[in-house]
Amino acid sequence: MNGATPFGRFCREFCENRVSLAAFATVLVLVSVAVFAPWVAPQNPYDLASLILADARRPPGFLGAGGYTHWLGTDAQGRDLLSAILFGLAISLRVSLTAGAIAFVLGATLGVVAAFLGGKIETLIMRVVDLQLSFPALLLALLLAAIVGQGKTGLTVALVAAQYAYFARTAHGAAIAERSKEYVEAALSVPLSVGTVVFRHILPNCLSPLIVVATIQIAHAISLEATLSFLGLGLPPTEPSLGTLISNGFPYMLSGRYWISIFPGIVLLVLIVGINLVGDQVRDQLNPRFTR
Amino acid sequence: MLGFFIQRLGQAAVVMFCTSVLVFLGVYAIGNPIDVLISPDATQEVRAELIARYGFDQPLYQQYFGFVNRLLNHDFGTSLVFNTPVTDLILNRLPATLELTLVAVLGAALLGIPLGMYAGYRPDSRSARLIMAASTIGFSVPTFWVGLVLIFTFSVTLGWLPAGSRGDTVTIFGTQWSVFTLDGWRHLLLPAVNLGLFKLSLMIRLARAGTRELMPSDTVKFARATGQSEWTVLRHHVLRLISLPLVAVFGLELGSTLAFAVVTETIYSWPGLGKLIIDSIFSLDRPVMLAYLILVTFFFIMINLLVDIAYVGLDPRLRRKSR
Repeated sequence: MNGATPFGRFCREFCENRVSLAAFATVLVLVSVAVFAPWVAPQNPYDLASLILADARRPPGFLGAGGYTHWLGTDAQGRDLLSAILFGLAISLRVSLTAGAIAFVLGATLGVVAAFLGGKIETLIMRVVDLQLSFPALLLALLLAAIVGQGKTGLTVALVAAQYAYFARTAHGAAIAERSKEYVEAALSVPLSVGTVVFRHILPNCLSPLIVVATIQIAHAISLEATLSFLGLGLPPTEPSLGTLISNGFPYMLSGRYWISIFPGIVLLVLIVGINLVGDQVRDQLNPRFTR
Repeated sequence: MLGFFIQRLGQAAVVMFCTSVLVFLGVYAIGNPIDVLISPDATQEVRAELIARYGFDQPLYQQYFGFVNRLLNHDFGTSLVFNTPVTDLILNRLPATLELTLVAVLGAALLGIPLGMYAGYRPDSRSARLIMAASTIGFSVPTFWVGLVLIFTFSVTLGWLPAGSRGDTVTIFGTQWSVFTLDGWRHLLLPAVNLGLFKLSLMIRLARAGTRELMPSDTVKFARATGQSEWTVLRHHVLRLISLPLVAVFGLELGSTLAFAVVTETIYSWPGLGKLIIDSIFSLDRPVMLAYLILVTFFFIMINLLVDIAYVGLDPRLRRKSR
């Protein structure tokens, strides 16, 4: 870690805050167990042949017929809950990160282009963005999930539509400030093409507020995905994300079989709170008002 | 003031038109309700008769104009599933959502503003830190998850409160209300806490930020110099000055609570609008979805308008400018 480069300085400052460092480590652990789920999990939860129905809805710590202990219990199909959570975590992360990345690129492009072009196009783009921001993201995602239908594509479209506006708003605000600066004028009078100036010169200078929004929005995307899946509008039961798992376990919770819902929920909670804590720290560090 | 009002009203009308078109097109794209309503082995005559009755054979723009025309006459069509007028259906469900939303948002404001002001007044005290930590958690935890934990704790484990439905209601002006019965409150408490938790965190944060900013200001210094008690300073000066953003957020949150009521109502089987929209999405009940979305958009635009007007009313500087 080199303290001389801006990135090195950023890392060092980040490590000074114990809470956010711990949060970052937790998120990192969760992401890596999700990535390596096929190797880490005791069972492949999608392999129907390996499921033993006699072991269904067993409490945590039950020694299953498969010869290993179900540390977090089993669900209604006799699926090992720990394995299901690991695979579900991977699905949740994949969908949310994909949607977040698309929303980032789309929103940032729209915002920067609007700010640079100005005039009617800017008004049009920003009006649509403002309109969407005043409309609750959940409602929009609900409607879109219903239109596009169940499954990964529909869910991704819904998440992107619900989120790009935040990136567009942020990028627009930052780019407006950059547009009038002299280096832009200099680059344009070289002359470099408008596209080069917008994407190679203005956009990189708008990145820090966008990164702050991105961390918050990823947590938001994970939460939104889980909510939609919980409502039955997200991923189908054959491809259970954390939200689907929680939803599946909900009916059993009323009869006291808490673990089917509660354990995936705890993982979801830790993930979201972790990302938010990291996001708070990143925001404090990148906010020029707080620079010491 | 009048010019400002007319201008805002015009904007609201344009937004309303655009969203009504978008919503109509969006809902139109969802599947073919004919396939959902009629069993595949129905005869062609039955099919044709139903298509003609619901107007699905007309061109899209004619369906839209028919829709707007009926809308202006308070006729939202007939539910394809319940076979009753959508207006009746919505009016029937509206009180349940309304009382849930109002209890949640009012509770969040009445509790959140004092807590937030305290956290801003003594930012370094232990209880202020505790309040802020709680609000951070309340901010990041998904609503549906809080709902599950509340049910698990208070209904399943402790058995103190019921886990669903509305309980005893009292009929007033032909509609049913839970807020006037003790049993109704028992049923209302968990969903309202669930729905209000996010708003509570938001109110705490806003009130804290505002108070923290104001405490070192000249206003507070002068108020203190006149010998007023700290309580009077907070209540008469600080609260009044931070009320502006709080009113705006309160209004806007009232709208977004409608959206999150969908989640809460699903978990607690609360028979309100949110439950209705989820059910109608699953059964592709287009008239109900359309009416709900149009209604929510209308609420939204009206609330935005009222917030703008309240802003002008509360801030004398804006009042002068808008004249």
